[in-house]
Amino acid sequence: MTHALSVENLEKKYANGLLALKGISLAVEEGDFFALLGRNGAGKSTAIGIICGLVNKTAGSVRIFDVDIDEDFPRARSLLGVVPQEFNFSVFETPLQIVMNQAGYYGIPRRVAEERAERYLAQLDLWDKRNGVSRELSGGMKRRLMIARALMHEPRLLILDEPTAGVDIEIRRSMWEFLRRINEQGTSIILTTHYLEEAESLCRNIAIIEAGEVVENTSTRQLLSTLQREVYILDLEDPLTELPEFGRGRWRLTGPTTLEVDISREQGLNGVFRQLNANAIRVQSMRNKSNRLEQLFLDRVDRRGTE
Amino acid sequence: MSAESVRIAYFTIVTKEVTRFLRIWQQTLLPPVITTSLYFVIFGNLIGPRIGDMEGFRYIDFIVPGLILMAVITNSYANVSSSFFSAKFQRSIEEIQVSPTPEWVILLGYVTGGMARGLLVGVVVSVVAMLFSGLTVHSFPVMLSVILLTAMLFALGGFLNGLFARKFDDVSIVPTFILTPLTYLGGVFYSINLLPPFWQAVSHGNPILYMINGFRYGFLGISDIDLGLSYAIIIAFAVALFWINLRLLKTGYGIRT
Repeated sequence: MTHALSVENLEKKYANGLLALKGISLAVEEGDFFALLGRNGAGKSTAIGIICGLVNKTAGSVRIFDVDIDEDFPRARSLLGVVPQEFNFSVFETPLQIVMNQAGYYGIPRRVAEERAERYLAQLDLWDKRNGVSRELSGGMKRRLMIARALMHEPRLLILDEPTAGVDIEIRRSMWEFLRRINEQGTSIILTTHYLEEAESLCRNIAIIEAGEVVENTSTRQLLSTLQREVYILDLEDPLTELPEFGRGRWRLTGPTTLEVDISREQGLNGVFRQLNANAIRVQSMRNKSNRLEQLFLDRVDRRGTE
Repeated sequence: MSAESVRIAYFTIVTKEVTRFLRIWQQTLLPPVITTSLYFVIFGNLIGPRIGDMEGFRYIDFIVPGLILMAVITNSYANVSSSFFSAKFQRSIEEIQVSPTPEWVILLGYVTGGMARGLLVGVVVSVVAMLFSGLTVHSFPVMLSVILLTAMLFALGGFLNGLFARKFDDVSIVPTFILTPLTYLGGVFYSINLLPPFWQAVSHGNPILYMINGFRYGFLGISDIDLGLSYAIIIAFAVALFWINLRLLKTGYGIRT
């Protein structure tokens, strides 16, 4: 299978001596929705910077759809779209000017660019704002503008560096839908995010970078299957005065109508409900205490930190 | 990139640059008009008649070419240095960096934008000059070629300044402490024949002297410097600056970490 992105032994040492990337290797398959996770300063943005030409690498190779960025960077760049973490457009220009200029930098004829500008600005609910000043857009609108801009040359690989940071939940969900749609239409996507719920919901494969090294690189499903225990919060219909005597599992009464249960994978939820039924405890609703991927992420980076 | 794509990318940068300086015309086009008008009034009309003729011309007619070129130099330089640094500061330069636009197109695009502002200011100042002096052109090809080359040279200088600048102060240091003194001492207001031999020799080390005299030749048909030497100096500096800028852009100096 063709790789949308192939990174081998990528290393970056900054002028101040900081070794930001210690020879990472990654492969993202064509059509994938891939999450690149890591704490602040782990090396995610450095890796993305090298891939899109904003950071000089110290060693290693990067290939985008089999095009080596050292051998044919213009071709590699035309295959790649980037939505950076920081707002990086001229705040004095209008959204329409910003996306039209971006098309121009890729050599796209004006007529084609106008059609795409209308399509992407409309799809991202920015068409009505096209002639306003960009600095007056809300944070969510600015993020969506950067997505529209990155799509103007219709790249085969789209890299989004924390695209939903600081965006309210409603807009975040609509952005997820948009990204899912363009991924289904064939665009390979690499996403970095601090919202692990986002990665779990969107991405099929995940890599975790910690201190400049890849500490996990697997499918989301595979990664989640390694989760040994989960904590659920149960909201009860009737208050409890004391914790009933259950058999297996670890239970905690955290409020009159709130029970927490910590269960292992092999125990499963059926056993939990059997115990609740046996004690005539009726459950109104149930949720995970923490995001499952969040738990795994913390496990991986904490394990790394103690090594 | 195909030739057509390169053409589109080049005109995109040029259009963006021209749109930028036209949008803020109060900061880019108006100040040189006011400044040069004051020069014409004070040095031309008030003090000029007391000075008398210079190299066989009325003093105001003598200083007009230098004042026009001074405005062109300042504006070509300032446009590129401030625009490129602003793009770095806002990180909007990344829009071009991540694109397949070749480095030489980026450089030419910004330089053309700077030249456009310099030449537009030159035209406006020339129109103002007509109100104060009997502006005549001795050699249109010389006048046009010198102003184009000079605008290009200083736009390239501005680009270099923009690449090196790390804060807004860095953009104003070169014009204030280097460009303005060299321009004033480059024979805008006097012929270097008036200077003692030592200072005449020192003046020959000032590249702006060659540009002002070349431009003055285009208007008045007189020059303190050989015209061929003027062209040679301007072209040599322009080629050197183009090469340096291109090398720095390719290595990512000032724009890539």
